Amino acid sequence: MGQTRREMLIDPMVDNNPITLQVLGICSALAVTSSLKVALVMAIAVTLVTAFSSMFISMIRNHIPSSIRIIVQMVIIASLVILVDQMLKAYAFEISKTLSVFVGLIITNCIVMGRAEAFAMKNPPIDSFIDGIGNGLGYGFILMLVGIIRELFGSGSLMGFTILPTVNNGGWYVPNGLLLLPPSAFFIIGLLIWGFRTWKPSQVEEREYKIQVVDAH
Amino acid sequence: MSEEQNNIPEQAKGPIARFLALPTDSVPKTVFVAVVLCLIASMIVSAAAVTLRPLQEINALKDKQVNILQVAGIYDPDADVLESFAAFEPQVLELSTGTFTDEFDPATFDDRAAANDPETSVALDDDPAGIVRQAEYVTVYLLRDENGDIDKLILPIHGYGLWSTLYGFIALEENGNDIYGLQFYEHAETPGLGAEVDNPRWKALWNGKRLADDDGTLQISVSKTVPAAGDDYHIDALAGATLTTNGVNNLVRFWMGESGFGPFLDNLKAGDI
Repeated sequence: MGQTRREMLIDPMVDNNPITLQVLGICSALAVTSSLKVALVMAIAVTLVTAFSSMFISMIRNHIPSSIRIIVQMVIIASLVILVDQMLKAYAFEISKTLSVFVGLIITNCIVMGRAEAFAMKNPPIDSFIDGIGNGLGYGFILMLVGIIRELFGSGSLMGFTILPTVNNGGWYVPNGLLLLPPSAFFIIGLLIWGFRTWKPSQVEEREYKIQVVDAH
Repeated sequence: MSEEQNNIPEQAKGPIARFLALPTDSVPKTVFVAVVLCLIASMIVSAAAVTLRPLQEINALKDKQVNILQVAGIYDPDADVLESFAAFEPQVLELSTGTFTDEFDPATFDDRAAANDPETSVALDDDPAGIVRQAEYVTVYLLRDENGDIDKLILPIHGYGLWSTLYGFIALEENGNDIYGLQFYEHAETPGLGAEVDNPRWKALWNGKRLADDDGTLQISVSKTVPAAGDDYHIDALAGATLTTNGVNNLVRFWMGESGFGPFLDNLKAGDI
């Protein structure tokens, strides 16, 4: 690979971000970012699940028959997600109610499966674990950014603490209701991708086709 | 068997090592990996579920009490839940007669278990709320004012929405006809659509609505258009969640009707409670 462990951890933050470059895990990024607290819990949960599933899959990678490899990955990921769900219900009940079905949907988060298939199947456990943490953090980083924008301007607060007192509560700030609805995350993520690619032009994909000028005969 | 053994490298001794040494893509290895993985995964999952259940049940109970406090409008996030909850007087109600019974202790009576137990429940033929079996007894919560008169009634309701059974409470004023609030504490409806039953703005619509008109006919409805009875008996439907809305409409009408709390509310209006 030629990648140091430090690079594995740092790369997914900006240079190889799962959301802005690979455009994976968008659905959950839309769903859980209307408040920062929920986004933070989701980011932690996805980071842990990605890291540990990558590690376990990597540990048995030489014994996974290729005919059932996706199923094996899914069983490991699903078990870990159930574990996270049970933990949240026991120790963070309020948050687990807010996340509701989205915890279960970590199973279908393309980042988890993507790292398992693309990295963990070919690399040793510790590297896979670090790669999982890195990608989870990259996902979490974008989730935080989107969450900050949506909660601050959508409900005038951060982590539930009022920053901009809203008109409803006798303040001066008129909250932007659109930011509380899922589509707003699309716009914000789109703008982030634009920003990232302007900052780092190497992320811009090559066109798959070229419009050619042909001389008329 | 003997042929197979000959193929195994010498270092593989135990039965597990023998399987691990098989070529990864062979059929026995595939079956072996699948079985072992499923066994380990299921053990981990069930161990977690069993060991964490007591904590989860405490959380669920506390959540239910918080919901009762909220629906009655006396929830204070800073106060101790158990202490605030002591303001309520729980009573076990016999639905068919509409009177309180001493047969069960309200502190230990389990509504869900009672609904499943053939001894204390009936199978429904006419079942608009989609609950299959209805308990003959339910726990209701009374909130009294300083003079000991009933201030609010908190009645448990449940019924099927789109994906799940919605469990909640309806809070009524002392006359047994004016709605103070409605809240669901457990459901699995679609987030953003059916789960908007939790939206504070929608829940606020229930406040001040009336169940039955002056003739005693049940008029309350959750629907897209205002019914003939008028706006006092109408809660606007949830946009994009027709089936959840229908479920809520059916379950509220079922529980407030004759087969639900009807007899109890009649007794209350007659001054017998």
